[in-house]
Order: sequence, then structure tokens, then C-alpha cells
Amino acid sequence: MLLIPCPWCGPREESEFANGGEAHIARPLDPAAVPEADWADYVFLRDNPKGWMRERWMHAQGCRRWFNLVRHTVTHEIAAAYPPGAERPPLPGTTA
Amino acid sequence: MQRFSFFQLALNALDRHRAWPAYWRDAQPRDAYDVVVVGAGGHGLATAYYLAKNHGITNVAVLEKGWLGGGNTGRNTTIIRSNYLWDESARLYEHSLKLWEGLSADLNLNVMLSQRGVLNLAHTLHDVREGVRRVQANRLNGIDGEWLSPEEVREFCPIIDIDARRRHPVLGATLQRRGGVARHDAVAWGYARAADARGVDIIQNCEVTGIDVAGGRVTGVQTTRGAIKAGKVALVGAGHSSVLAGMAGFRLPVQSHPLQALVSEPIKPVLDCVVMSNAVHVYVSQSDKGELVMGAGIDAFNSYAQRGSFHVVEHQMGALLELFPIFSRLRMMRTWAGIVDVCPDASPIIGRTPVDGLFLNCGWGTGGFKATPGSGWVFAHTVATGEPHPLNAPFSLDRFTTGALIDEHGAAAVAH
Ligand SMILES: Cc1cc2nc3c(=O)[nH]c(=O)nc-3n(C[C@H](O)[C@H](O)[C@H](O)COP(=O)(O)OP(=O)(O)OC[C@H]3O[C@@H](n4cnc5c(N)ncnc54)[C@H](O)[C@@H]3O)c2cc1C
Ligand SMILES: [Zn+2]
Repeated sequence: MLLIPCPWCGPREESEFANGGEAHIARPLDPAAVPEADWADYVFLRDNPKGWMRERWMHAQGCRRWFNLVRHTVTHEIAAAYPPGAERPPLPGTTA
Repeated sequence: MQRFSFFQLALNALDRHRAWPAYWRDAQPRDAYDVVVVGAGGHGLATAYYLAKNHGITNVAVLEKGWLGGGNTGRNTTIIRSNYLWDESARLYEHSLKLWEGLSADLNLNVMLSQRGVLNLAHTLHDVREGVRRVQANRLNGIDGEWLSPEEVREFCPIIDIDARRRHPVLGATLQRRGGVARHDAVAWGYARAADARGVDIIQNCEVTGIDVAGGRVTGVQTTRGAIKAGKVALVGAGHSSVLAGMAGFRLPVQSHPLQALVSEPIKPVLDCVVMSNAVHVYVSQSDKGELVMGAGIDAFNSYAQRGSFHVVEHQMGALLELFPIFSRLRMMRTWAGIVDVCPDASPIIGRTPVDGLFLNCGWGTGGFKATPGSGWVFAHTVATGEPHPLNAPFSLDRFTTGALIDEHGAAAVAH
């Protein structure tokens, strides 16, 4: 069970949250103009990293707001939580 | 390979079974192979076996980072069935079920296939309609299927509570009598032993750390035990498929999630079929040892940890007790998780990749054990000929670009 730090409500248990998958996937601005391969990229292809990951969560049984987590997919350690639109904190051990 | 038989059993009893040979050689990696298969789960081992048996390709290595069968093959709840809704899936899973029916004889090892019947319960009017439709679709595809009324469900499985006042009343069920369970370890061992006997090298504790590509063509792999050249490379890494694809420079539509299972203390025989419920998400059978074997739904977050959260198991146990109040005093003995590679349409990806000579078999998610023989069969064909077998042609990676998805998410009953 994860203890997830909601940026608005503080640490709450995982069962209060809904997972929204990989974060920062931008919808193409002009969908009609993008080639099919790029559209497939946007809709289906994912990094699915083994290591640090930026992912979206929603505090479904709390404030009902979306936010992002930096979480490790092997240790499940959580390094940061940040609201949508905020500057992305670097992944631990990197500057990116 | 020493063939197992009643005569051999009697002969070996004379010296108290001390002279049985090892199932497979402890092969050391060579410099080059015609085909390198990455991942010694059931699917990778079956691929190697059918490459040798059906296509005469025996200069093959199967590389495994841990121990053979230690991935999802050795962690699953072993439910086998072929009652999928869509034609493409029905053909693939039914081909597999037919292979299961002759597998013990073919491999000369008892995989303990037990066709005890699989029930998929319906709890809502929608479930009923979906189930009846699926039975009809199955029959049109030549697959056995029946629709049972609540009373018929109770007759088939007397311990289910079909009380209409329940929160999830049982309004009926589909039944596939040819469905059932098999012994997962024996499947891995049987394929490994039979592939080894045909000359395949099975190399454990050998992790692939890089994939060599030159001029758009695969040339070999880097491993923790040195570089190995290969004419062709076949990736069968299940939960680690995205990591392997990343080594070759492309992305996949799959996501890796923990899937948890658990077993109870052993009890006397009480459940002689497999029961699955899509709506409340539980699936359960009783092993020969007497333990109830149960599985949950996936944990929602991405993970490579082979470990999930407790609330998922709690939810699953609640569903179990709703259906089987008789189990309320049972103690659970062990829980564990595997890492499953889930595809957006809950169907596998079997075929070519953007890299020449590099082939991919993944995305089986929560339900690939039942497909082990069929998957190996069609994938061996794909690797050997460079072209997909007609059965796996619809399961190509480019269906996510063309849009020709095979959407079994809601269609196939619980995806196990
Ligand atoms: C809890 C649970 C219950 C399930 N229940 C069912 C069920 O009832 N019925 C059903 O049909 N299916 C079920 N499944 C799904 C089923 O287990 C899988 O779809 C199937 O076993 C996949 O087989 P595989 O050979 O592809 O994968 P695996 O057995 O996972 O094999 C992949 C292998 O690749 C190896 N590998 C990965 N990366 C590397 C690398 N870099 N180098 C070398 N080796 C590598 C891994 O160590 C692993 O051994 C369940 C799964 C789980 C986890
Ligand atoms: Zn909140």
C-alpha cells in the first residue's frame, strides 16, 4: 500500500486515489493534421520505465484533484508530488 | 532424452529413484546462434521447442535472467479456456486448447491438464446478455460453450450462494466444459526438457542487457555472460517487454502492472470446477493439494516489483466471500505477484518489429498461460519464416496504428 502525498491534502493512503498512468503526454494541437503514426504514438505508446516515473493520480475520495507523482517502479519510493502546470522536479539522480 | 514410462518408473524404483537424469543440460552460452530467444517462461520455451520440432531450427538459445519458469509462468493461477468473444482471439486460444489436449503425450511429461470446466458468472442483466452472446459466438467458432441458469449453476457448483438477495446475485453463467487448469511448473519443465532434447541451449542466470542493431537489422545481444551473435532474436519477456524494446530503440503500447494471487490452507475437496466472476473480480479453483488458488485484479499503478498493495487482495477476498460464504473461516497461506504486460485492447502482440530479424511476443497481460502452446506454435512460425502465421497475423504491433484493435477488455469475461 502506498502512502501518497496529495499536494492539497497531505499524505493519504493509496485506496483513496485513482491512478492516471504516465504523466505529461500532450495531445497534438491539431489532431486532423498529425499522421496516423504520431496519433498512435499519442494514444497508445508509453515509456513504461523500470525506475523513476512521472505519473498522474487523482484524489478520488478526497479533494478530487489531479496531480503528478515522481515514483520509482521497483522500490515504489515516492520522491515528489507536484500540481499540474507546476515546474517538473528533476528525477532523483538526474538533472532532467 | 530418457523417455518417461511405466517401465522406467518401475526400473528406477529398484535403486530408489536415484538415477533419474536431469531434465535439461546446464548449457553454457556459445558465441553465436541462429535464433536467440529472450525469456525462459512458458512462451519462450514453447517457441524454442516448436522452432526445433516444426521448423527444424535447433541452433537456438533461450536466455533467462533468473530461473526458468520463475516469471509469470510460475506465478499464475493456471486457468485455461478458449471462450473468447472475437473471432481472432477465439481461433488463437482454441488452437492453443487443442494443443493442450495432446500436450502431455507430445512432451512426454504430465502437465496435469484437468478439464474440470470453467464458469464465468453473470451478476447483472448486462452480464447475462454479454454471456449469452459470447456462448453463441463461441459455438459459431466451433468452441464448446453453454449458458446455465442460476439453478443449473448451483447444480454444477453446489457451494455457490445463488440467493437473489445477495449484493451480487448469480443470474446465470457461461460454462466451457473443456476449460480447466494445468500444472504451471510442469509446462515450463516439459517444454524445456523437450527443447533441450532437440539441441536447444537453455541458459539461466543470463540477463540480456543490450540488443545489437546494425543497419536496421539485429545482429546479436549483450548479456551478463558476454556478447552473443544471433541471426534472429525473439523477445518473450512478458512484464519486461518495454525494457527489452527500449534496448532496440522503440516503444510499446504495453504497461507493466503487478497482478496478485494467493492460496489458502489446504482443505478437503469442495470445489471441482473453476469459477470466475468479471463483475466482482474473483477467480478461484482448488488445487490437488486442497488449497484454494485465487487471483485478484491488477494493481492500478505501473510496477516492476512483483509486489502489490494489500487493499487489492482485500477487495478480491470480499468478492470471494460474497459468492462463497462457506470460505469465511479459511486462512490464507501465501500471496505473491507477477509483473504483467497489459495491452490497451487486452490482446497480445505477436509478430515483427521495426527492426529486421527482431520479433516480439508480449502483451499477454493477465491471461497468457492458457495460450502457452499456441503462442509458441505461431511465434515459432513467425520467427522461422519471417511472416506471421495466419492465426497471429491480426495480432501485429501495427494494429495500434491502423486501428484494427482486438478489444477483449470487456468482451472476453475476466482476462485470465
Ligand atoms: C498472479 C497471476 C495470475 C495469472 N493467472 C492466469 C490464469 O489463470 N490463466 C492464464 O491464462 N494466465 C494467467 N496469468 C498470465 C500468465 O501468467 C502470463 O500471461 C504468461 O505466463 C506469460 O508467459 P511468458 O512466458 O510470456 O512470461 P514469463 O513466464 O513471465 O516469462 C518471461 C521471462 O523473461 C525473463 N526476462 C525478462 N527480461 C529478461 C532479460 N532482459 N534477459 C533475460 N530474461 C529476461 C523473465 O525473467 C521471465 O522468466 C496470470 C499471471 C499472474 C501474474
Ligand atoms: Zn487531495
